[in-house]
Amino acid sequence: MAATKSEELISRSGLRYRKVRDRIIETLLLASALVAVFTTLAIVAILLIESAAFFEHVSLKEFLTDTMWTPLFADAHYGILPLVAGTLTTTMVALCVAVPVGTAIAIYLSEFASHRLRETVKPILELLGAVPTVVYGYFALMAVTPLLQKIFPELPGFNMLSAGLVIGLMIVPYVASVSEDAMRAVPRYMREGSYAMGATRLQTALRVVVPGAFSGLAAAFILGISRAVGETMVVAIAAGMQPNFTFDPTEQAATITAYIVQVSLGDLPHGSIGYQSIFAAGLVLMLITLFFNVIGFSLTRRFREAY
Amino acid sequence: MSSIPHGNVPAYLNPDSIRRGLSRRKTLDQVFVLVGLILMLACLGILAVLFLDLVIDGSQRFGWDFFTNFPSRRAERAGILGAWVGTSLIMLVTAFCAVPVGVAAAIYLEEYAPKNWFTAIIEINVTNLAGVPSIVYGLLALGLFVYQFGLGQSIAAAGLTLALLILPIVIVATRESIRAVPKSIREAAYGLGATRWEVTKDHVLPYSTGGILTGMILGLSRAIGETAPIITIGALSFIAFLPSSPFTSEFPFISFQWLNDPFTAMPIQMFNWVSRPDQAFQANAAAAGAILLAMTLLMNAVAIWIRYRFRKKINW
Amino acid sequence: MDPLPLPQKDQLVTAMETTAKPGTAKSGGGAPIQETALRNEEPARSSQSSVGPATPRVAIAVDDTRQARAITSVKAQVENLNFYYGQNRALKNLSIPIADKQVTALIGPSGCGKSTFLRCFNRMHDLQPDTRYEGSITLHPDNLNLVGSGIDPIEVRMRIGMVFQKPNPFPKTIFENVAYGLRLRGVRSRATLAEEVEKALRGAALWDEVKDRLQDSALALSGGQMQRLCIARALATKPEILLFDEPTSALDPIATAKIEELISTLRDQVTVLIVTHNMQQAARVSDYTAFMYLGELIEFDEAAKIFTNPSKKATEDYITGRYG
Repeated sequence: MAATKSEELISRSGLRYRKVRDRIIETLLLASALVAVFTTLAIVAILLIESAAFFEHVSLKEFLTDTMWTPLFADAHYGILPLVAGTLTTTMVALCVAVPVGTAIAIYLSEFASHRLRETVKPILELLGAVPTVVYGYFALMAVTPLLQKIFPELPGFNMLSAGLVIGLMIVPYVASVSEDAMRAVPRYMREGSYAMGATRLQTALRVVVPGAFSGLAAAFILGISRAVGETMVVAIAAGMQPNFTFDPTEQAATITAYIVQVSLGDLPHGSIGYQSIFAAGLVLMLITLFFNVIGFSLTRRFREAY
Repeated sequence: MSSIPHGNVPAYLNPDSIRRGLSRRKTLDQVFVLVGLILMLACLGILAVLFLDLVIDGSQRFGWDFFTNFPSRRAERAGILGAWVGTSLIMLVTAFCAVPVGVAAAIYLEEYAPKNWFTAIIEINVTNLAGVPSIVYGLLALGLFVYQFGLGQSIAAAGLTLALLILPIVIVATRESIRAVPKSIREAAYGLGATRWEVTKDHVLPYSTGGILTGMILGLSRAIGETAPIITIGALSFIAFLPSSPFTSEFPFISFQWLNDPFTAMPIQMFNWVSRPDQAFQANAAAAGAILLAMTLLMNAVAIWIRYRFRKKINW
Repeated sequence: MDPLPLPQKDQLVTAMETTAKPGTAKSGGGAPIQETALRNEEPARSSQSSVGPATPRVAIAVDDTRQARAITSVKAQVENLNFYYGQNRALKNLSIPIADKQVTALIGPSGCGKSTFLRCFNRMHDLQPDTRYEGSITLHPDNLNLVGSGIDPIEVRMRIGMVFQKPNPFPKTIFENVAYGLRLRGVRSRATLAEEVEKALRGAALWDEVKDRLQDSALALSGGQMQRLCIARALATKPEILLFDEPTSALDPIATAKIEELISTLRDQVTVLIVTHNMQQAARVSDYTAFMYLGELIEFDEAAKIFTNPSKKATEDYITGRYG
C-alpha cells in the first residue's frame, strides 16, 4: 500500500499546496481584520470632510459660544452649547441611576452571590441591555413620564428626567458587568487577609475589594457615561426635540443625538448647511465619546494588568 | 484562660463590645444582601413590566391583519408587513457581511497576528469601534454608502451599516471562544504537521462554534433593534409596497434587485407610530414594540442556551 | 538510497565515553569535550560521498529505507545546539547523538532545558515569536538539519511525532483522532485510513480496549487511554523519531506502567526521545540517558552506566536525589 510509508506520506508538492493555501487564507483574514481600521478611518474622514464644509459657513467661535441652535430656521444660529447641555443633563441623570445600582449589583454578584446565582442572574441582567432602545423610548414616554407626573404634576410630557432615568436603567447591566469583572480580578488572598482579621463580607467588599478594583470601577462609570452620551432613541422620543440651553432635567431639551435624528427624519438636500450640521454635531458627539472611551479603556487595561 | 481581667483591656477589646459590634456588622451584611437582591429583582421586574406594558397596550392590535397589512393613515388598519419583511432582508445582508468578516478578523487576531504595533492598532480599533455611538455609524453610512457609493436609501445600505455596527460584537465574541480552546490542542495538531490554517479549520473553529454562534446571534439581536442609524440613512416609515422578490420565474431564478429597494424596518415603524400625536397609534407602537422585544429576547435566550450547551459539551 | 556510513555500536559508546570527563559541570566548560565526541561522530553525518579515514565503516547500498534505518546506528546528531528565547540562551552548546531504534531519555532538574531541547526536534518553538536556533540537529539518513533556517517546520513535524505532557486528544471521535495526521497528509481512502488507524491503535496497545467504540468521543477515555490514543495518533503517521515530553506526569501508576511498557515495545519501530523527571522511569525505559543542568549537557551515556556509575559528581548528586 503506497500510503503506508512515511516517506511517501510526506508529499512535498502536497505540502507546497498546503502552504500556498495558508498564505492566501492569511491574506484574506488580514483583510477582514483591516475592515475595522478602515471603518474607523472612514468615520473620521466622513465626519471631518462634511464638518469642514459646515465650518466654511460657521465660525468655530460661533459654534462653541452661541447659546442658540437653530440651523433650520430663517434666523439661523449655530451654537452647539444647548445640544451639549441637553446631552450632559440626560447623562448626569442616567449616571445617578446607573452608578449606585450598577455598583451595588456588582458587589452583590461578586462578593455575596453563590456561583449558581451569579451564573443565572448575569445573562438575565444582560437582557436589560439587549432591549431595543426604541422600546425603551416608548417606555420612557408612555410609562415613566406619566408616573413622574403623578409626583411632579408640572412635569412636561417631554422631559430629560424620564429619558435620563430610563437610559440609566439601560446601562445598569453594562456598568454592573464591567465593575464585577474588576472586582473579581482582585486576588483571593487580599480578601482572605481581610476575613482573617474578622471582617464581615460587606466590610471586606467595601474596604478591600472596592478600593482594590477602583480603576476598574472608574472604567465602568466612564464607559457608562460614553454609552449614555451616545444614546439616541430614548432621548429622541422622550426628551423632546427642541434645543434648550438648560441643565434642568425637568425641562424638555434636545441632545446632540436627538438633533441628528430630527434632521434625518426630514428631507434635507445633500450638501445643504442643515445636512452638514448633523455631521458637525456628530463630530462633537464622536469627540466626547472618544474622550471617555479612551480613558475608560486605558483604565480597564490597567486593572487587568494590576493583578 | 477564661478569666481575662476586663479592667485591663481597652474597651474595644472587651468581649461584650466585640460581640455587640459583630452583631451590628452582621446585620449590616444582611441588610446589604437584601438591598442587592431587591435591586436585582427590581431590574428584572422592570423588564417584566416593560414587556407586559407593551403587550397590554398593544393587545387589541395583535392579529393576523397586523402582520399582513401595510401602514395606513387609520391606526386600526395599519400593519407591519413592510416592516418585518424589511427587517428580515436587512438582517440577511447584515449576517451575510458581518459574520464572515468578523469571524475572519477574530481568527486573524487570535491565531495569526504577530505581536507588534500594527496588530495593536487593529485591536485598539476594534475596541474603540465597540464604543462608537450607533448614530455615528448612521452618519458614516449616510456619507459613505448612501452618497459616495450611491447605494441610496436601500436595503443594502442599511444592511451594510448594521454589519459594521455589530462587527466588533462578532469579533469580540469569536475571539473569546477561540481563546478558550486550550493551547495543548493546538500543539497536538501542530505536532502532527498541520499548517496554521489546518489547525484553525480542523480544531480551533469547530471547538469554538458555540461561542461564535452566540456572538453572531447577540450581534444580530442588537442589529434588529437598532433604530438610529437606519433613520439617519433615511429609511421611509410609510411604505405600502414590498421589496422585489428574491425569487423570479425566469432564469436564473434569483434576483438581487431587492438590495436596491427602499425599505422600512420594525424599529422605524415603531418609532414612527410613537412619535404620532394620535393616541390610537400608540397601541400600534406598543404592539410592534412587543413583537420586536419578543424577537430580541428570544434571540438572546437562544444565544444563552447555545453558550450553555456548548460549555457543557466540551469539558477540557 | 545513498550509501550510508555505519559506525559500529561499540564505537558509538567509545565516542560517548570521551564525553564523560570530569570537571565540566560548571560554566560552558562542557562544550569542548563534547566536541571531541562530535569529531568522532562527524563522519556519520556528512559522508555521503567522502569516507573519512579516521573511522572504519561499512558502506552498503540499500534501497529499502526501512532496512537502512534498522542498521544505521545514529538517527540524529545534535551538534553545538544553542537555543534562544529572545536574548535568553536556554540551551548551551548541546551535542549528542540520538541512537536509531533506541530509547534516549533526557533527565535533569526542572528548568534545566530538557523540554526545551525536546521541542527543538519538531520545531515547536517556531510557534512562539522571537525564538532562535543555532547549531544543528542532523536527521539521518538524508542529512536534513531539523533546525536549519531553510527547513520548513511543518515538514519537520510531519516526520517527527510528539506526545505531550498532558494527554491532549482532540474532542473528536477516537477514529478521527488517529486518522487526523493521515488526513493531513492527503490520505482519502477509507480502507487505508481504517487499516492504518487499526495498526496505530494496535501499536499503542489500545486496539482491544477501543475497537468496539471507535466512533465514541475521545474525551470519554480514561487518562491513560487518552495518552495511549495520543501515542497512536502520532504513530499513525509513521514518525521517524517520536518525542515524549513527560508523558506520564499526569497519569496514575498503573497507567504509567502501561505507557512505559508501550515505550519499550516501540523501540522496534521508532527512535524514541523521552523527557522525564522520574529517574526510575528513565532507568527502566531508556537505552541511553542524557543528564542536563541549566541548559547544558552534563553527561551522556548508556543508561546502565549513568544510573550505576556516573562519571560526574553532578549526575550522581541528581540521581541519588541530592538536588533537583
